[in-house]
Amino acid sequence: MISHPGLVLIAAAVLMAPLRGWPRAAVALLGSASSVFLSFQAGDGVHLTIEYLGMQLAPFAVDKLSRLFAIIFALMALGGALFALNQPRRLELPAAFLYAGAAIGATLAGDLVTLFVFWELMAVGSTLVLWSASTPRAGAASMRYLMVHLFGGMLLFAGVAGHVLESGSTAFTAMGIASLPEKLILAAFLVNAAAWPLSAWLPDAYPEASWSGMVFLSAFTTKTAVYALLRGFPGVELLVYAGLAMVFYGIIYALLENDMRRILAYSIVNQVGFMVTGIGIGSEMALNGAAAHAFTHILYKALLLMSAGSVLLVTGRRKCTDLGGLYRSMPFTTACGIVGALAISSFPLTSGFVSKSMISQAAADGHLPVVWMLLAAASAGVFLHAGIKFPWFVFFQKDSGLRPPEPPWNMRAAMALLAALCIGLGIFYEPLYRLLPYAGDYVPYTGWHVVAQLQLLLFSGLAFFVMLGWLRRTLTVTLDFDWFYRVLFPALFLAAGRVLAAALGAGGAAGARLGAMLESAVRRLHGPGGAFARTWRTGSMALGVMAMLLAFLLTYYLR
Amino acid sequence: MIWRTFLVVLAASVLAQLFVAAHPSFALEALFAWNALYGFLACAALILAARALALLLKRPDDYYDDD
Repeated sequence: MISHPGLVLIAAAVLMAPLRGWPRAAVALLGSASSVFLSFQAGDGVHLTIEYLGMQLAPFAVDKLSRLFAIIFALMALGGALFALNQPRRLELPAAFLYAGAAIGATLAGDLVTLFVFWELMAVGSTLVLWSASTPRAGAASMRYLMVHLFGGMLLFAGVAGHVLESGSTAFTAMGIASLPEKLILAAFLVNAAAWPLSAWLPDAYPEASWSGMVFLSAFTTKTAVYALLRGFPGVELLVYAGLAMVFYGIIYALLENDMRRILAYSIVNQVGFMVTGIGIGSEMALNGAAAHAFTHILYKALLLMSAGSVLLVTGRRKCTDLGGLYRSMPFTTACGIVGALAISSFPLTSGFVSKSMISQAAADGHLPVVWMLLAAASAGVFLHAGIKFPWFVFFQKDSGLRPPEPPWNMRAAMALLAALCIGLGIFYEPLYRLLPYAGDYVPYTGWHVVAQLQLLLFSGLAFFVMLGWLRRTLTVTLDFDWFYRVLFPALFLAAGRVLAAALGAGGAAGARLGAMLESAVRRLHGPGGAFARTWRTGSMALGVMAMLLAFLLTYYLR
Repeated sequence: MIWRTFLVVLAASVLAQLFVAAHPSFALEALFAWNALYGFLACAALILAARALALLLKRPDDYYDDD
């Protein structure tokens, strides 16, 4: 128990909640560092079994796949904590640690019941991270975010319950998609992976978090879903199509976006799309590629979001139309942003190259020319929307006249750490390859691979600058699936209310009386001062509960 | 100046193809400068697709502000 890297983070979250200043920083850094250590140390096998309601649970089960994800999640908690040390909001860091710990708990869950528990805990932690930004927009976005994830959790609960009933086993192993429970579980995983069309929750919610909050948010939810798909649904063909849809959705929406962190949010969907495609291909190399890509992606996406978060902190601006020319006074942040941009574009000598090329290679080896071609086109598109567009419009482009300082030392240190990892893993990739679930002999650096990738990316760059006029930033948003639940459904609800009122009116006096009675009843019970809206004294609450218990006891004996 | 350097780098990346051992995944990739051409055209197509979508789905960025 004590050596569970996720529970260590959750314990650190509880411990740091009342602290401030250096004690808090110490708990955060030591807690996450020991979580990293424990993740590396965790040996294969089931370390804990619990019997619960007649079910065998294995809340601490380790194999190569779960260890890989535990390591990267713990590393991300450490990097994120360093970056967020100067964040004055008191709730955010404990919430982020709860969130990260729950993500590790989900990856180390050997059974579906434990997975569900940590899945929900993740939703709670991430909602709190978002909500703690304490702006009206973040508050509204966090509620929409929570609704989507509670919906996903409901699907998962129904799926798990059905699956346990059907198979008689709680074990979390590879499944098919034949039965209804399996379909529900797959759907729940896809909701969290931000698969199209239910992808809008991600760019809707994450960019409303604080400058440090989004760094945490980008790492855990979607990648836990990738882990769950890797374990539960490897080689399910549907995932190839779902993944490719995500890849192109992400690129096209990111190209139209003006908010710098929303560009990066769409690009999360795009990157997770590569992983989901790899999982759908399902060969050992494809699964290795998906796992490796999740690992490298967490690092370079966090680096990109740290550079964007730094810009947000020192300038208070988030729109590309308000930014530009920041390289003059923020050369360090600019350099780190560029390293992240090169890594996400899979430039040779960066971490993205050694992971993404494995997925493409698996498509080629599996004789899937169309998938391979689409992945290549998408690689070019990644450079376009995240590799050039983000750094160009934020740090270069026109001179916005802003001359902000570099961010504080801890934020620079966190960026330096991640930038070093992005380049280090691109050059010394063997340690990462050894952590992957399957043994393989993939060689990323051949002259042909490097030249092919450089041609693809450099000519994408040419396309960007040739067509720059078509990419000019405008003060616009692009409608997405969230339009349905932000605009259409509320409008339908109001319209239904009006129709009902009209029908009651047409029903004559009786109808009107009924309507008035209903309304006054609702007012009496739920309105200001109504029985359900009052604050009750603790004493009368206790009395009420006691009366209920007595009544229960009585009916129990009289039964 | 920057443009000229960039064009030299582009040309170099294409010419470098002649000096490495080719192991194309599919026949198309064996064509000379295939990846350069494909990268450029793919991006152009993506930008055009984005512009087309924008005609339908773009709204002023205060569109959601009253919710």
